[in-house]
Amino acid sequence: MNRIELKVNGKTVSGEVEGRTLLVDFLRQTLRLTGTHVGCDTSQCGACTIHMNGMPVKSCSVLAAEADGAEVTTIEGMANADGSLNTMQQAFQDFHGLQCGFCTPGMVMAATALLRENPKPSEGEIRHYLEGNICRCTGYHNIVKAIQAASGQDVTPVAAE
Amino acid sequence: MPKDGGIGASTKRREDVRFLSGTGQYTDDINLHGQAHAYFLRSDVAHGTINGIDTEAAEAMPGVLKVFTAKDFEGVGGVPCGWQVTDRFGEVMQEPKHPVLAEGRVRHVGDPIAVVVAETLAQARDAAEAIVPDISDLPAVVDLKAALEDGAQKVHEELKSNLCYDWGFVEDNRDAVDEAIRNAHHVTTLELRNNRLIANPMEPRVAVGDYNRANDEHTLYTTSQNPHVIRLLMGAFVLGIPEHKLRVVAPDVGGGFGAKIYHYAEEAFCTFAAKALGRPVKWTSSRSEAFMSDAHGRDHVTKIELALDKDNNFTALRTETYANMGAYLSTFAPSIPTWLHGTLMAGNYKTPLIYVNVKAVFTNTVPVDAYRGAGRPEATYQLERVVDQAARELGVSPIELRRQNFITEFPYATPVAVEYDTGDYHATMDKLLEMTDHAGFEARAAESKKNGKLRGFGLAHYIEACGIAPSNLVGQLGARAGLYESATVRVNATGSISVMTGSHSHGQGHETTFAQVISEMIGIDANQVDIIHGDTGRGPMGMGTYGSRSIAVGGSAMVRAAEKVINKAKKIAAHLMEASEGDIELKDGKFSVAGTDKEVAWGDVTLAAYVPHNYPLEDIEPGLEETAFYDPANFTYPSGAYGCEVEVDPETGKVEIVGFAAADDFGNVINPMIVEGQVHGGLAQGIGQALMENCAYDADGQLISASYMDYAMPRSSDLPMFKVDHSCVTPCTHNPLGVKGCGEAGAIGSPPAVVNAVLDALNRGGHKVAHIDMPTSPARVWAAMNKTPMAAE
Repeated sequence: MNRIELKVNGKTVSGEVEGRTLLVDFLRQTLRLTGTHVGCDTSQCGACTIHMNGMPVKSCSVLAAEADGAEVTTIEGMANADGSLNTMQQAFQDFHGLQCGFCTPGMVMAATALLRENPKPSEGEIRHYLEGNICRCTGYHNIVKAIQAASGQDVTPVAAE
Repeated sequence: MPKDGGIGASTKRREDVRFLSGTGQYTDDINLHGQAHAYFLRSDVAHGTINGIDTEAAEAMPGVLKVFTAKDFEGVGGVPCGWQVTDRFGEVMQEPKHPVLAEGRVRHVGDPIAVVVAETLAQARDAAEAIVPDISDLPAVVDLKAALEDGAQKVHEELKSNLCYDWGFVEDNRDAVDEAIRNAHHVTTLELRNNRLIANPMEPRVAVGDYNRANDEHTLYTTSQNPHVIRLLMGAFVLGIPEHKLRVVAPDVGGGFGAKIYHYAEEAFCTFAAKALGRPVKWTSSRSEAFMSDAHGRDHVTKIELALDKDNNFTALRTETYANMGAYLSTFAPSIPTWLHGTLMAGNYKTPLIYVNVKAVFTNTVPVDAYRGAGRPEATYQLERVVDQAARELGVSPIELRRQNFITEFPYATPVAVEYDTGDYHATMDKLLEMTDHAGFEARAAESKKNGKLRGFGLAHYIEACGIAPSNLVGQLGARAGLYESATVRVNATGSISVMTGSHSHGQGHETTFAQVISEMIGIDANQVDIIHGDTGRGPMGMGTYGSRSIAVGGSAMVRAAEKVINKAKKIAAHLMEASEGDIELKDGKFSVAGTDKEVAWGDVTLAAYVPHNYPLEDIEPGLEETAFYDPANFTYPSGAYGCEVEVDPETGKVEIVGFAAADDFGNVINPMIVEGQVHGGLAQGIGQALMENCAYDADGQLISASYMDYAMPRSSDLPMFKVDHSCVTPCTHNPLGVKGCGEAGAIGSPPAVVNAVLDALNRGGHKVAHIDMPTSPARVWAAMNKTPMAAE
């Protein structure tokens, strides 16, 4: 067992982990931060996407031990200080960018990282960036619109196309 | 009603806030005190005899509580099938036992052999590696037609053959259809495969079993589209637990698409093991397990023949289909290729004579059952392909050939036993051609040609039967359950409302739309209305969500219950205002007396119901809570026209979708935003089937598309922006909201539109290709253009 200490959503946390424990399992099982989801076992679906030291990573592909000393942000740490949805989260609601909600935390984390790298992405750039995040419900149409809207670009309102 | 809240408003979804902030509660987020973890050891061969299972070493591993095998399930029932089909000779289908854990034989890759329950999942998984199953391989039955040959290896030794049933519909039409096809002016024939798919909701299945010794109550938390159905099937047929001692909870569920309708062995296992061990038992599917244990979809091989007269009128249609059941009969499996497929073969056309033959076949593959559309995509695909091919053979416009044969008068009784109540197929066709700028197609095709690409336009017009279904009818057809829905509308003293519905939301947004309906009916803010679902302990009976039935059947039950509430509230209001009940009107949350300025607020009436000081106690009981069960009079019949424009790269065979439009008639729409989202998702799955997705087995029955590395899930860059429209409205005539359902349409109409577009592009480019099986991968398209036979996949 290894003792790790890291900062998650601004709070310092620690725990004992096996060498094989994945970061996503540490988040979900030890910290009970169940907003981060597991949708596959081949690092393909992106439901477990979080930010580690400011970068989007699939937390199923990081050992918990590797996160020792890291700064991690999960979906639970994304809302505004008053608890309201932040710009990206609000855009997902406004543009119906989610249905079952299972891929959604990973999508929001990936989309947030995209806008940090590219503040005004085109439709094609958004679609390319989301290659590693699978959604089975929305056909991506409204996810693309939500991200464009969150980046301040003009988007046709919902149900008006 | 302000248009941000009632019927017809694109109200934002209230459920989104928890999903977006990570506070949703999916089944895997539930962790019970003292819970142990189950790991299933699954067969890695398609077919074999189990000579023995040595669990001794595994039992001794750290943390292991027990290793279960079939011998622990003696006296426990098999996983039941909910539908019994009668074949064309009047015999009932062959129905093999589906044990919770494999008994003596394994019959597909993924069939569970043993289960380790341990303190942690890692310990259970480690111990499973120490189990030594002694299995002798048997030949695997994979090919549908070979499975029916004399002397073929049998999947189930105790059955006569691998034929589950040989179904004919309508059997009395058989000779007349044969004769009409023999004498036809023209017959177009296609042989095609509706490719096998895996539903792949993003949340894998999970089951948590719990048992309370104090009151002998079992609780199962599970990823289900219909917890009441699971309670009935598992309680009555597998474990022998009466309903009042079994609670099934399906909390937030991360997508279903059909795969979470069925009762699965893992649910029964966790419920059983929790009592056996005196500990809560949790199982969470890995995605790899999901590929080999979630029911698969489609997998039909069909020959279809369409007969036309000299004026291009359709005169007869005949189909012969081989439908894969897999190794065991999943809950609704027998009904999919029969009653949800054969009854839709008229499509939008007035073909007078139709005969459908379906041979359902057991193979050594994962059980096959409903996947989004369930039978109707298979019907639509073959019909819309053969109509397109007929137009090509006859040299006529596929649009005009469809229009000429459209049903135009309603109600219309088809020769395949259903009656369409409403529809306007020309209207959706007109709308589609406008949306796709059909007039500008030739100019776009010329532009593509300049760029070295082949451009094609493909069309499909679909009909589906939703709102499944009248119970007396489905009972005659072999269903072992009723298909009503129920709802309880509980009005609280201060006027807020809790609606308990038997429908289940796993992405559809019922918490928002159902509240919009109640808000509209009573005239109170939708935020005063809570929609509660997914818990047999909280709601009345429920048949659940599938077949696009939630608003049409569940919504109707809720409306009926709300009407009862309103009628009772009017009596109370009449008493309070000393008026005649017949003069009471309810509008904007106020009761008034017609022709006077007397009024009383909704909240005053509800308070009187619970504080009945001034109350007609001699006439009515206190309280304000009503339940209704709604059993539909007919199916609903959404329809629509879908158009796809593609560019094919002749060098590589790669197909790019450059435009996709859907013009649907869903009847009345409660929340346009949500309806459009449902269509988008259906389109993505249908386009996925047509372009990319394919569940493949090799000749030994090995599943070779068993991860997201091998099974091509549509990614964001694979799909275009969609144009969708639902402005063509012919309301359903037999349910109170005039609604038809929208959940499956996208997956039904889009596959033939895509394939027709690909073939249009190829034929315009001079390649005389009659058909390409889905998925139209670059390899297949290139091979078809270059007349190269495909290597075995």
